[in-house]
Order: sequence, then structure tokens, then C-alpha cells
Amino acid sequence: MLTITDLVHSYGPHRVLGGVSLSVAEGELVSVVGPSGCGKSTLLRSVAGLLKPSGGRIMLAGRPVERTPDDLAIVFQDYSRSLFPWMSAANNVALPLRRKGLDRRRRREAAMSALDQVGLADAGAKYPWEMSGGMQQRVSIARALAYRPSLLLMDEPFGSVDAQTREDLEDLVLNVCAHHGMTILLITHDIDESVYVGDRVVVLTRSPAVVAADLETRLGRSRDQIATRQLDAFVRLRAEVGRLVRGGHTTEPTSVLEKQ
Amino acid sequence: MKVIAALGRLWLVPVVLVAWEVVTRAAEQPFFPPPSAVLARMYEMWFSGPPSRLLLTDGALADLGPSLARLFSGWLLTAVVGVAAGIAIGCSPRLSDYVNPLIQFGRAVPPPLLVPFFLALLKLGTPAQLATIVFGVIWPILLNTVDGARTVDRQHLETARIFGFSSVQRLWRVVLPSALPKIFAGLRLALSLALILMVIAEIFAGTDGIGYRLLYTQRSYLYPDMWGCIVLLGVLGYLLNSAFLLVERRVLAWHRGARRTT
Repeated sequence: MLTITDLVHSYGPHRVLGGVSLSVAEGELVSVVGPSGCGKSTLLRSVAGLLKPSGGRIMLAGRPVERTPDDLAIVFQDYSRSLFPWMSAANNVALPLRRKGLDRRRRREAAMSALDQVGLADAGAKYPWEMSGGMQQRVSIARALAYRPSLLLMDEPFGSVDAQTREDLEDLVLNVCAHHGMTILLITHDIDESVYVGDRVVVLTRSPAVVAADLETRLGRSRDQIATRQLDAFVRLRAEVGRLVRGGHTTEPTSVLEKQ
Repeated sequence: MKVIAALGRLWLVPVVLVAWEVVTRAAEQPFFPPPSAVLARMYEMWFSGPPSRLLLTDGALADLGPSLARLFSGWLLTAVVGVAAGIAIGCSPRLSDYVNPLIQFGRAVPPPLLVPFFLALLKLGTPAQLATIVFGVIWPILLNTVDGARTVDRQHLETARIFGFSSVQRLWRVVLPSALPKIFAGLRLALSLALILMVIAEIFAGTDGIGYRLLYTQRSYLYPDMWGCIVLLGVLGYLLNSAFLLVERRVLAWHRGARRTT
């Protein structure tokens, strides 16, 4: 679905991406994690066609990304600047559907159904500023769902909400991903989260970033905030990703095991 | 309770009126008639008509009608032109670079100075008056719209781009609403400027209207009538501003709401 080959980008003399290669298969949820300032957002903005990378190639559904691709949606971290405050939640969700050629009534239905799926069936008439941060981010997710993109990009989507809301939103994304067979590239700086939501975790190094590791989580699709986090596989993977993010190597450290 | 509180804040108005009345009566100056005499003249001139016409007399219609028509047509015309041009300039940095020096020069020219020019160029009366109003009030509308269109949140524009908004959609659904709070600030300033310029235009280039009446009464030594014109203009300005704020509060309800929460 998405193939990134040797992506390089510099801001002036400062090189942030030093040749990133990764791919996302259809229906997969890939999380990209890395130390802050490592160029995660640059990577995502390049895929979205919002930024022209200095070098490398991005192929989406067999075509090179040069401008913003047609059926791509994005959920930004800062929901308050992504939703339009002069429109109700339902209109925020429905507006992008115009280009899909739906008439007014069908747009409305699609918006209401998407809001229903994110648990906001009754909030269509509310304005973004009448909602909590978590609700606004749900509207943002509903907007992406209704749009039915072939690729959904999420840029630290849970970075600005409280811990409880964050867990709810993580499960919401896992749910809709499974339900719609959506392909998602999610960027986060949170190690725990990257493992919990991802089918695969791609770890970036410090800038200039390259892929330090590309790990399958093998946790299955049905996950639980408490139970999954207690699994050995989860704990081990989280530790490994943590070491990688801090600049360590993939080799399993033996110290903990030896002491037992 | 609210009404009482509002009335409580207005106590200074009657106090000033009474003081003015006492001082002008004691001074017995023909240039400063007491407010009671001014109000009496205002009543006779404008507000003693039949109830079917909201008490307005023929004189009121003759003075207020043309003035208000000029004020509103000038203001609305300028609003359309100013907002359209402002959005275009705000969205195009290159166009902005070209026209910015012209705008800066144009707005530095005091609009009343152009009345003689407009009189030479256009017909005496409405055309010259409208030109004066349009030229004077366009600057706050234009500059505020440019500023509003230029400072649209980058993420809003990126959202529009990601979801493939057409340029019409981007303009109507993103740029214009984002710029609206600033546009309204410009329109409000322009409205009070339009009132001033309307009076000036009528004084210099008028054959009717409140400004013309003001000049006429002054030249005829009808000082209570002249003061009546001044008071009427003050009240008009106050009412226009209040009405505008009422509309603004409705149209920009989202803006007030969004500002309260962030």
C-alpha cells in the first residue's frame, strides 16, 4: 500500500531524515516511534504531500506521492486547530465528503454514522469548542472515518489528552481499524502506546533518522488496556523499543534474567 | 435585576443633562441653548409626525432619508469591494507586495481633502458624496480583511488541502470564516467613519440630508436647530454601533465561544 524508500530531508544545513525506508501493507496499523525531534512529523508530512522531501521516494498504491494524495486522511495532534470552530461537529465531518460526489442528505447520513461509530451520536449539532479535548479528537477521527481513505495518517493523535481519554481513544482506533480494515500510519513518541496499538512498530533513531528496527508486535487484534499490557510479549517488546529509542541496540540484555 | 443594574450605570447621563441645563440657562448665551430647548426643537422638526409613520415628520424623512441611504449604500458597497479585494490580497503574497505601497499611500490621505477633487470629477450631490464615503471607509475594511486572510491557521489550510477542498470551498469555508472576526472589526470602524464622512460630504457637497441641514441652520443662526442636528447625529452613531454589535454577536457566536474555552 505505502512504500517509503530512502527518504531524506534537510531543513537548511540540518538533516532530519537520513534515509528512512519502511512499508505499510493494506489493513495494517504501523506505529512509528522515535525520540522527540527525530523527524517523525517530517516523515508524516512528506507522506501527506504537505512537504517536499529533499530525496527518496514515496509510493502510495503504486503511484509516487508528489502532491497531497486524493484519498488520504489525517488526524493531527492539535485537534483545536484542525477542526473548524465555525462549524458544528456534523458539518466538520460532512464537509470533506463533497468531493466524493455525495448529495447533501447522504453526506449528512455518512457524518452521523461516523459520529455514531466514535460514540458521539448525539453531538452532531455541537461546536468543537463546546466539547472536551477527547471529544474533539473523536470528531477528528470520525471525519477521517467518513472520508474512507485508503491511508489514514495520525500525528501524535493522543498527545494532547489526559491518560484515561488516551486509553479510550487508543481502543477506539484499534476498533475502527479492525472494523473497517483501515490502513493506518500512526506517529507517536510514547513507547507504550506504539506497542499497544501497532501491528508493527517502526523505531527511528535520533536525527538524521534512519529505521533502527522494524518489529512485529504479534499481540493479536483484540487487545485490552490491562491484560495486554501484562503479557510477557508486550513487556518484552516495550522494553526493547524503549532501549532502541534511547539509542541502544536490538540485542536482548541479559542482566535481568541472569540475576533471577 | 439586570435592567436595574443597567439603569444604575446610566445615572451619569441625567446628571450631565441637568448640569448642562442649569449652566446654559444661567449663561443665557444664544450659542448654547439649554438641552430642553434643543429637545423641543428636535421634537418639532422630526418627531411630531403621525403614529402611522412612527411619529416621523416630513422634515425627518427629508433630512434622515437621503443621509441614511448614502451612509448605508456607501458602507455596503465598500464592504463588498473591500472584503473581496482584501481576501485576494491576503491570499496572494505577491499581489500584496505589489499593492501594499499604494494602500499605505491611499490610507494616509485624509479623505475629506478629496471632496473638492470628487466635486470637480463627479456630479454635485450623491456621486461625489458616495465617492467620499467609499474612499474614506475602505481602508479599515481592506487592511483588516488582508490581515485576517493572511493569518489563517496553517493547520486549517493543511486540513483543507488534505481533504481536497476546491478553491471555492477553501475560500468560503476556511479563509472567509477565519478572517471574519477581523473583517467585522474593520466593518464596525468603517461604519462610524462612514457617518462622519457622510456629514462632511453633505456639508461640502450637499443639497439635502442632516449634514446639509446642519450647515443651513448654522448659517441661519438657528442654534437650537443646529444643536438638534448634532444630538441627532450622536444618537444615530450610538444606535448604528449598537445594532452592528447585535449582528456581530450573532454571526460570530462561534468565535466568542472558541475564545472563551482556549
